[in-house]
Amino acid sequence: MATIMSFRTCPTTGLRVERSAERLIKANAVIAVVFLAIGGLFGLLVALTRWPAVHFLPADWFYLALTAHGIDVLLVWIIFFEMAVLYFASAVLLNSRIALPWLAWTGFGLMLVGAITVNVAVLQGQSTVMFTSYVPMMASQSFYLGIILFAVGALCGCVVFFGTLVVARRERTYQGSIPLVTFGALTAAIIAVFTIASGAIILVPTWLWSLGIVNHIDPIVYKTIWWGMGHSSQQINVSAHVAVWYAIAAMVFGAKPISEKVSRMAFLMYILFLQLASAHHMLVEPGFSAEWKIFNTSYAMYLAVLGSMVHGMTVPGSIEAAQRRRGYTKGFFEWLRKAPWGNPAFSGMFMSLVFFGFIGGISGVVMGTEQINLIMHNTLYVPGHFHGTVVAGTTLAFMAITYLLVPLIFRRELRMKKLAQWQPYVFGIGVAGISLFMMGAGTLGVSRRHWDMTFADAQLPFDYPAAAFMMMGLNGLFAVLAAVGGVMFIVVVVGSVFFGRKLADDEKPAYPPAPPTATVAQYGSEPEMRIPGTTLLVGVFFIAFVLYYFVNWKYLSEVWPLS
Amino acid sequence: MAITPPEQRIWWKERIARVELYWIVIAFLWGLTMFFMMIYWHGAGEQNLSSEAYRIKPQQFSQKTQEMIDAYTVRQEGMYPVVHPPPGSDVYLIARLWQWWPILELEKDQSYRLHLSSMDWQHGFSLQPVNINVQVHPDYEMVITIKPDQAGEFGVVCNEFCGIGHHTMVGKLYVVERSQGD
Repeated sequence: MATIMSFRTCPTTGLRVERSAERLIKANAVIAVVFLAIGGLFGLLVALTRWPAVHFLPADWFYLALTAHGIDVLLVWIIFFEMAVLYFASAVLLNSRIALPWLAWTGFGLMLVGAITVNVAVLQGQSTVMFTSYVPMMASQSFYLGIILFAVGALCGCVVFFGTLVVARRERTYQGSIPLVTFGALTAAIIAVFTIASGAIILVPTWLWSLGIVNHIDPIVYKTIWWGMGHSSQQINVSAHVAVWYAIAAMVFGAKPISEKVSRMAFLMYILFLQLASAHHMLVEPGFSAEWKIFNTSYAMYLAVLGSMVHGMTVPGSIEAAQRRRGYTKGFFEWLRKAPWGNPAFSGMFMSLVFFGFIGGISGVVMGTEQINLIMHNTLYVPGHFHGTVVAGTTLAFMAITYLLVPLIFRRELRMKKLAQWQPYVFGIGVAGISLFMMGAGTLGVSRRHWDMTFADAQLPFDYPAAAFMMMGLNGLFAVLAAVGGVMFIVVVVGSVFFGRKLADDEKPAYPPAPPTATVAQYGSEPEMRIPGTTLLVGVFFIAFVLYYFVNWKYLSEVWPLS
Repeated sequence: MAITPPEQRIWWKERIARVELYWIVIAFLWGLTMFFMMIYWHGAGEQNLSSEAYRIKPQQFSQKTQEMIDAYTVRQEGMYPVVHPPPGSDVYLIARLWQWWPILELEKDQSYRLHLSSMDWQHGFSLQPVNINVQVHPDYEMVITIKPDQAGEFGVVCNEFCGIGHHTMVGKLYVVERSQGD
């Protein structure tokens, strides 16, 4: 079969970029951003409604908007962007053509049709079932069908990614082993296959149930398998955004991983253990044994958490090493102070790293502790946690790398550089606030997915403490800030991609600054690499983790004895 | 760099930096600590959720609840019966669209076997302000032994989305000082 391929050579990296791979990356990234805008808007409406003083939407619209928010950002935005990351990490980084472009486009089409189908189903009002769609509450059949189509499309994308790895190896487009970022993307793709399989196992029967062909779906079986998809898909995000951290560290600093072996092992831990996380959602369900819960919720003795903690040192460590080699060696933190804080790719990535670790990571482990879950399950602590991982972590990292993709892949000069410079801070601080205040409200018992915390229409009265209302007010304020940051991102990206100056094929973009040469980051003859600043930061993280963990055991010990 | 193949082709024989190795060991030990903490709490802690559960049809559960209501109702609050079952007994709480039925009145420092089940969709038993949160499923009966250690009036909020009336689903639970003569 003859395929006509055309390549261009990237003037910044010297890599050959195939046009059809480039078109796929662009298409997936553009649709991703469209759904980020839609889902983000729904999110703002949700936050404004939960702000007691504003209480914006009526109840039916609130639950509808919350369902749409979850699907559009957690699923559609992130997975579309991940497709772009997969194609970038395979075809572009491996210097290769993309395998089976027709399949990639088929997958793209299926995902788009699926996403539109789900959105239409939700907006019609018959599928207000939340993102999780727990049975026996039933959505319209097109809701399930849309998700299934979307998942099949994503599976096509994974196949194209694997195929491209094979093609690149066979055609010897690179020497030695695949780059670390590609390895991270491979991790994400492998987890994605598991995730989509779990989704198919439960959503296909559920779809048939909504059509009246199957007559019963057990609610606990549904939940266990559904979270095999629902939580595992978050592990795709973790793998993908950690790969993005490494990519940005390399592209901005020329940073070299401290140790390829350790970083790859850490990714491997994700593949081996992250899928067990379905158990996080089953800790207060009827009938699960303590042994099952303890083994699964801890990812077999926290081995996947170990993976993340390792990345938490190796990513900033590689940046510190690269900066020190460039001469920023004073004290503990000159390397960090003199980092390019005005480059949104770096500032976004670094905030993503810090917030993911301190907010999303610690809270996730604490909440996923078998007994502690009892004082957090289904409270606002849960969305507080995952806004720390998925928004402050994944979304912020994806936004950050977009600033590099616009000049490198879209071949457009970034416009509105001042706005771009501030965007990660506005969005990042907004999201950190959302996460922390929701966690605060959750600790005070406030329910998630709830229209009215005053219980004005309830048959029996109950009042949450006044502090909870303050938390929700602050949550609303920070949600507005995050929304402003989101709009800034969309304005900069859309403005640059459609109206930015076209770069000539051989032109190096002036902004963001091109990465320094790789040689800067080689450790060369130094006997021992020094990263005291990172070590100190990791120490602070560890102390915070330990203290917060035991504080929550203390909280637990104060509730009624139960067995 | 992380975006290029490893500089050293035999990267798996690279020496691991000492600081990295220390961190891996510390993180691993911390993981073990957290793992064994959960097991330790099963012996030493007082808050461990039971795994006792049964399959049950909504009508059966509703019937058992009604029997308890018929036997131990002490007063009426609006449409709700207030039920004061004997300490140590089996008590039942129905979750349904959109109420917790009935109102239970328990005695402080006494144990009860609390049975929870849903008549329709999933609900969330969220006892406030104590902040105990348990998922309630239809077709499953979960049994938890609870021992209230404070007297007062408590709210039972539903914290699993259960349709348009979800936010109106609030129940009540009383804990009273131990009655005289026991």
